[in-house]
Amino acid sequence: MSALNEKYEVIVGLEIHAELSTKTKIFCGCKNAFGAEVNTLCCPVCMGMPGTLPVLNRQVVDYAVTMGHALGCSINRVSKNDRKNYYYPDLPKAYQISQFDVPLCENGSLDILVNGEVKRIGITRIHIEEDAGKLIHDDSFAGSLVDFNRCGVPLIEIVSEPDMRSAEEAKAYMEAITNILLYLGISDAKMQEGSVRADVNVSVRPKGSAEFGTRTEMKNVNSFGAVYRAIQYEANRQMEELEKGGVIEQETRRWDDAKGVNFVLRTKEDAQDYRYFPEPDLLTFVLSEEHVQKLKESVPELPVAKTLRYVKEFGLNQADAELLASSKQRSAFFDACVAFNRCDKKALSNWMIGDVARILNERRIEIDETYLTPEKLTAMVELIENKTISNTAAKTVLEEMFARDCRPKDVVEEKGLAQVSDTGALAAIVKDVLASQTKAVEDYKNGKTNVLGFLVGQCMKASKGQGNPAILREMMEQEIAKL
Amino acid sequence: MELYRKSACELASMLRAKEVSAKEITQSVLARIEQTEPSVDAFLSVNAENALQQAEKVDAKIAAGETIGALAGIPVAVKDNICTKGTATTCASKMLENFVPPYDATVVEKLAAADAVIPGKVNMDEFAMGGSCENSAFKATKNPWDLARVPGGSSGGSAACVAACEVPLSLGSDTGGSVRCPAGLCGIVGLKPTYGAVSRFGLVAFASSLDQIGPFARTVDDTALLFSVISGQDAGRDATSKPYTFSGLEKMESLNGLRVGIPKEYYGEGVAADVKEAVLKAVEQLRGLGAQVVEVSLPSTPYALSAYYIISSAEASSNLSRYDGVKYGYSGKRDGTLNDLYLSTRTEGFGMEVKRRIMLGTYVLSSGYYDAYYKRAKMLQRLIGEEFDKAFAQCDVLVTPTTPTTAFRLGEKTNDPLAMYASDICTTTANIAGLPGVSVPCGFDSQGLPIGMQLLGPKWSESKLLGVAKCYETAVGGFAVKEM
Repeated sequence: MSALNEKYEVIVGLEIHAELSTKTKIFCGCKNAFGAEVNTLCCPVCMGMPGTLPVLNRQVVDYAVTMGHALGCSINRVSKNDRKNYYYPDLPKAYQISQFDVPLCENGSLDILVNGEVKRIGITRIHIEEDAGKLIHDDSFAGSLVDFNRCGVPLIEIVSEPDMRSAEEAKAYMEAITNILLYLGISDAKMQEGSVRADVNVSVRPKGSAEFGTRTEMKNVNSFGAVYRAIQYEANRQMEELEKGGVIEQETRRWDDAKGVNFVLRTKEDAQDYRYFPEPDLLTFVLSEEHVQKLKESVPELPVAKTLRYVKEFGLNQADAELLASSKQRSAFFDACVAFNRCDKKALSNWMIGDVARILNERRIEIDETYLTPEKLTAMVELIENKTISNTAAKTVLEEMFARDCRPKDVVEEKGLAQVSDTGALAAIVKDVLASQTKAVEDYKNGKTNVLGFLVGQCMKASKGQGNPAILREMMEQEIAKL
Repeated sequence: MELYRKSACELASMLRAKEVSAKEITQSVLARIEQTEPSVDAFLSVNAENALQQAEKVDAKIAAGETIGALAGIPVAVKDNICTKGTATTCASKMLENFVPPYDATVVEKLAAADAVIPGKVNMDEFAMGGSCENSAFKATKNPWDLARVPGGSSGGSAACVAACEVPLSLGSDTGGSVRCPAGLCGIVGLKPTYGAVSRFGLVAFASSLDQIGPFARTVDDTALLFSVISGQDAGRDATSKPYTFSGLEKMESLNGLRVGIPKEYYGEGVAADVKEAVLKAVEQLRGLGAQVVEVSLPSTPYALSAYYIISSAEASSNLSRYDGVKYGYSGKRDGTLNDLYLSTRTEGFGMEVKRRIMLGTYVLSSGYYDAYYKRAKMLQRLIGEEFDKAFAQCDVLVTPTTPTTAFRLGEKTNDPLAMYASDICTTTANIAGLPGVSVPCGFDSQGLPIGMQLLGPKWSESKLLGVAKCYETAVGGFAVKEM
């Protein structure tokens, strides 16, 4: 396999479908929600009943344009909808209202980070369309059943250029897109609910070749891991086929993630003629320059830009910066802490990706759902920096700030966590530790000076975390030398 | 005079003067329907009980001193492609024979809000495709002026029921002439409003960019009355409806200062001599009323019919795809594959003409043919619109024949679709350009069959068009009503 990877280059392009989290559906007033009882979130309009008409939800257009701005696209202020005609029982009108030749957004790009390197992926277009319903196959019933709840749920389709060169890059790209959707607050981006899914286009070519090979498409791949595995499998299949002297057919294949294989769904000859034409029930829509500009200004700083800024401005290492920037809520929290400009940014970052992240992950909550505020966390780090509390004591303070609405200073007072730097008060502790840890003292004398840390740790433990570790270390060195 | 013979405006004032009750009007109309239906066959369903209930409600309102709507107690027949909640809306198709919509069309809601009475649903060509009403899956409606002849289509039932004095008012839909043509052939008034003036919500789509609901009546005032009730924007449910308020027809003592355009392309080959003669005689009467007559040219007119059949069939092929036997309506073979279900449902559920249009429309949208047909038809559509704009710089209204001939015999054109399509030659342009057009009676041919004159105006000129029509109606002493 590695030999084949030396010889061939993998080319990947993705079409990502993301459901938008608008309040209502794209063409009717039905609630846009997941998980409701079957056929309870539908009406004559989204069920395509005779005589009903679509009315475009403006929020869908705004969300798509916002995504377009986030991906640096040019926005077509004059746009339209088109019908894509095909028969399937989950598509009640037998056409999907989509966009054909004038997508809302075109010609953008997205910078992603792969192994610490920035890679730019071209964005061909973003268009809006409606989702279809769902077929349910139930053993208790001979045929298939249809759930129309998903009919008319708004989607954006984000089409990339064939700019990715590995499964890893494709996965990173899909993660980055998902992250941006969450950052912009325009999609729940829940893979397990199918709200983000990708059509994956894969081809291979001998390294150095200027022309693309024939591509295949795998539809509806619905997790980052599945995208990665599907590309690995398909690229290998194609390389092996070429090695055998075979040819790659342009075809649509289905990826079976459970079995880890794909198989042909339809060949080029079966390709459907969708008979696209302008949707006559919806007129051409025009967005004002001001409105488009307003949406542009609403786009926040995005994850990759944030990561690079954290590295540059605060000297964070890239992995930490990326971790911090990957969450909209946590990075916003961090940015708010930094804005106080009262303590070391790196120390703040360490708390954010360390204990704070650990607690959030353990409890499966987000930072904005807790009592912790940027002001409180900043105040806590300040207390460490001015030596009021030790790091150990700070952990107790942090737990307390998650448990209830309290200020770090008050916790320190209530729990008596203030750091003790008075040598008189610490002398007894040092003496006790030296008396009880005879083995360590022996080792130290025999040249194993690194046990000093252990001895200081014992003193910290004995002081219930309140001893000033620097002072204790100094005192310990002096006392041990006297022995 | 029997109540059923009276105009809507007369009935409205009698009702307000308490000379008659809504129930009496409805009873008169229901009795008339019972009497003439065996020969006219305009109705697909009559709901007497419901109509009487609606009428009693109006009488109760009057008795309680409450204000009543503009159409209070007035019977209005509704074409069977306009959705009526709880009662069958069949589109005269086997496909929707048992379809009962759970919603009302906007126009039906507006009728209800105006306290109108709906005695029943009327016949049409299946899915509004046709020009004779013979494409109905259920029955052929007859022309009240000669029961061996067609009433025109597709709103043949709507025109025949008004011409036969079964009801004073009805609603039809006009995609390429489906209101104006039957109005012309049945000797009554029919208005096709500006595209977007009346909400299409609840009108079962044939060709979405061309369809428009319009009123039928025996007088111009009645036409204006019904139009005033059904028009107006419905922004929440129909994105193609426009903000518009019809402020009533423009009252004109004379036609002084009015410029009447005669587009020569509408008087050429294929237009029967007596039709041409009657329309030009009416033009002379307009001149006599003070109008200035100018000849104008709309050079793309000969291509309009082709453009119309391409655009309307393309949209129809997509609009009618939803009838797949899965959700509602006729369902074919359910024990085979999905494809078997689609195939049998659509083969058995649709009539010949509908299938012809679906195939035509599918073809012109197909990859490789789109540019040659659909795209060129859309270019022609723009050109036709521009030519109308130019013409309306020279005149205020255009006058043409509504149909090239008077009513033809039942069965005469059923095997010649192209001849049938040619009956729309004078009317499709208004749909293509989105313009309003009204057909008014302007005499009879040698066989005593009505001839219609079409008045076309710029968008949103309904007040003027109906004003001119009213002026003409007054000058000729009113339009003849068929005694049956």
